[in-house]
Amino acid sequence: MDLTLILFIILAVTAIATALGLLISRNAVYAALFLVMNFACVAIFYLLLGAPFIAMAQVTVYAGAIMVLFLFVIMLLGAEKLPKGDVLPVQRPLAIGAAVILLAEAVILLVQRFQSTAMLQAPGTVENSMDSLREMSGLLFTEYLLPFEVTSILLLVAMVGAIVLTKQEKGTRG
Amino acid sequence: MSIPLSWYLILAAALFAIGLFGVLSRRNAIAILLGVELMLNAVNINLAAFWRYLDPAQMAGQAFAVIVFAVAAAEVAVGLALIISVYRRRKTVVADEIDLMKW
Repeated sequence: MDLTLILFIILAVTAIATALGLLISRNAVYAALFLVMNFACVAIFYLLLGAPFIAMAQVTVYAGAIMVLFLFVIMLLGAEKLPKGDVLPVQRPLAIGAAVILLAEAVILLVQRFQSTAMLQAPGTVENSMDSLREMSGLLFTEYLLPFEVTSILLLVAMVGAIVLTKQEKGTRG
Repeated sequence: MSIPLSWYLILAAALFAIGLFGVLSRRNAIAILLGVELMLNAVNINLAAFWRYLDPAQMAGQAFAVIVFAVAAAEVAVGLALIISVYRRRKTVVADEIDLMKW
C-alpha cells in the first residue's frame, strides 16, 4: 500500500459520502455545501491524475463560481426547505432502480468485458508540472481553436439568455 | 501497487448513478440542477482518467474537461435564470407544481 492508494481510498469514500449527503439532506443549503466538498475531492483526484490545470479550474469555476451562484439563488428565493413527501409514490423506487441498474451495468462491464483495460496501470509517474499547462494552453489555441471559440460563443449566449430571462418588466415588481 | 484505471471508472460510475438518482427523485428544481452538476463531474473524472491511462501524450482529455466546465457554467446560469423566472410567476420551485403545459 503506497501513499497514493491510501489517499485514493480516503478521497473516494469522502466523495461518495458527500454525494450521498447531497441526496439525503433536507435543506438545499446543506446539499449545496456537500456538493462543494465533493467538488474539492474531485479536484484532488485531478491532481492525483496529474492534471493541475483542471484541478485549479475545478476549484475556481465549480466550487467557487458555480456553487456561489447556487447558494445565492437558494437564499434569494428562500427555497432552502426541500418539500417532504412525494407526490408520485412510484418515482422514488423507480429512480433507485434506474440508478442501481446503471451502476451495476457499468461495474459488470468493467469487471467482465474490459478486464485488460480495467487493470491497466498508468504509464510513467504523475507530475504536476507547469510544462503540461503550457502544452495544453498551446493545444487549446491551435488544434482545439474552433471548439474553444464555439464555447466562448456559448457562454455569451448563456449570459444574454440569463439576463433576458431574469429581466424585470417595466412597471411590474416581484 | 498503484491505482488501476477501473477504480477511477467505478468511482465515476457511482457518482454518476448518485447524481442520476438525485435528478430523478428530487422535487426541488434547484436540487435537480445540483444532481446534474454531480453527473457532469463524474463524466469529467472519466475524461481525465482515460487521458492519463491511455493517451498521456495528447492533451485531448484535459481540453474536453475544460470545455465541459464552460458548458456546465452556461447550463447553471441559464437553469438558475429559468428557476428565478418561474419563481417570479408561480411562487414555487417545486418541479411537480410547474405544470402549466401539462394537459
